[in-house]
Amino acid sequence: MSFDSILIANRGEIALRINRAAKSLGLKVIQAYSKADADSLPVRLADEAVEIGPPQASKSYLAIPNIIEAAKATGAGAVHPGYGFLAENAAFAQAVEAEGIAFVGPTPDTIAMMGDKVKARRAAAMAGVPVVPGSEGRIEGLEEARAAAAAIGFPLLIKASAGGGGRGIRIVREDADFVQQLSTAQGEAKAAFGDGGVYLEAFIEKARHVEVQILGDGKDAIHAFERECSLQRRRQKVWEEAPSPSLDPATRAELCESAVRLARHVGYRGAGTLEYLYDEQRRAFYFIEMNTRIQVEHPVSEMVTGLDLVALMIEIAQGKPLPITQAEVKLSGHAIECRINAEDPARNFMPAPGLISSLVVPGGEGVRFDSHLFEGYMVPPFYDSLLGKLIVHGASRDEALARIEAALSGLEVQGVPTTRPLHQALVRDPDVRAGRFDTNFLEHWLETHAATLGAQPGSK
Amino acid sequence: MAPKQILSPLPGTFYRKPSPDEPPFKEVGDQVAVGDVVGIVEVMKSFNQVVAEEAGTITAFLAEDEDAVMPGQPLVELGS
Repeated sequence: MSFDSILIANRGEIALRINRAAKSLGLKVIQAYSKADADSLPVRLADEAVEIGPPQASKSYLAIPNIIEAAKATGAGAVHPGYGFLAENAAFAQAVEAEGIAFVGPTPDTIAMMGDKVKARRAAAMAGVPVVPGSEGRIEGLEEARAAAAAIGFPLLIKASAGGGGRGIRIVREDADFVQQLSTAQGEAKAAFGDGGVYLEAFIEKARHVEVQILGDGKDAIHAFERECSLQRRRQKVWEEAPSPSLDPATRAELCESAVRLARHVGYRGAGTLEYLYDEQRRAFYFIEMNTRIQVEHPVSEMVTGLDLVALMIEIAQGKPLPITQAEVKLSGHAIECRINAEDPARNFMPAPGLISSLVVPGGEGVRFDSHLFEGYMVPPFYDSLLGKLIVHGASRDEALARIEAALSGLEVQGVPTTRPLHQALVRDPDVRAGRFDTNFLEHWLETHAATLGAQPGSK
Repeated sequence: MAPKQILSPLPGTFYRKPSPDEPPFKEVGDQVAVGDVVGIVEVMKSFNQVVAEEAGTITAFLAEDEDAVMPGQPLVELGS
């Protein structure tokens, strides 16, 4: 579907990122904004801006009728949802398309299918993509549950079918606890999600989070290699890199090919990410879920491939076929991204909105800062705490580490506490430098290092 | 004597209920003791309880459920 204007239904750094990509394609940019974002950079840099409601996300960025109304009123030819908010909401994609407006992302059916973990897992298995050993979909009766648990072995996870973001998961370490835990988990799932459905999965104790960036045009699909995002706190990623320091070239090739198989199998349209757990001991990877949107950490993939993923997803939404072949996507050097949040690592990561009184941004070769900050900007309390992403590229991982260390020193945000001290400590840590970490590393690391992160000016 | 007030400790979104499907923590006319939870303020996706620092009877809510609030903004009025 051809279009020459695009409505950005999101805020913050990703709104600016979409703005930049859209303008590089010659499109008119229309920015949707809540009252709290009236003075934001995305509004200032857009060709046109349209208010969609009060500060609370539930009444603006998450209000489907308001955004549809804004798109119609401004005559937008397309809607880009960014990440978060409505980015993976099939009903939203459906509502956009029902107005004859292009949705920059997959079809509503693909979003719905991949958002259902049981269906996504089944699709992966059908495409020959390894999945974590687990039950065939929902567990119905106790006998079926017992049989599945015996086949998977312990430790295992009981997961709510309707869960997500780390919610609705229980670890069961031995057979003796299984029946009791299953009944508790079903009750919790019913209470939390209105759906008592659960499924079982093997628990990999030392897992690395590795994910593959893919792009599809509805027929063909390619990958832009993988990212490693194992450094997480409360299942939120804080540091991402590409390529993964834990993969050998043969495993990398196998992993990326498996992701392309699944993308082709579902006729994927747009940018997407397949998340895997990588078991370093067994050198085995297992598909866990798919994100049907652009992700926060997409810049590390852009840095190592030279692709503009956001521009490509817009071109795909315009109905163009993939303009590049797999052979043209080359992996070059190493990239690292640090998420800079308005949180105080010395005070248990307490979020802290407030006025940015001063800002100094590092630059130079191989340094990128994706951010919506400016001096005098008031960080609102209504949304997440991401202030920006500091991304570097180097010829090797060591060069990227040196570059991120220098870039972190060169970044100064005053007025609110930030997670910069956490990243400065991580970049100096011998295990991080050696690439020795798993998804539990940061939580354990914080138990011994949190006190050393120090109070910052701007913390209260 | 001016009525006692419970102020918002943080900027964010004020909620009177623990979750959308549950009844409010407190209603007008309810007694509160020191430490009782009267609401929640959500700041950057983190949820912080608003507690009574003095005992009394709730005479009015000065902010509605899901209102945007500023630090120090009165949320609840207490009579003795």
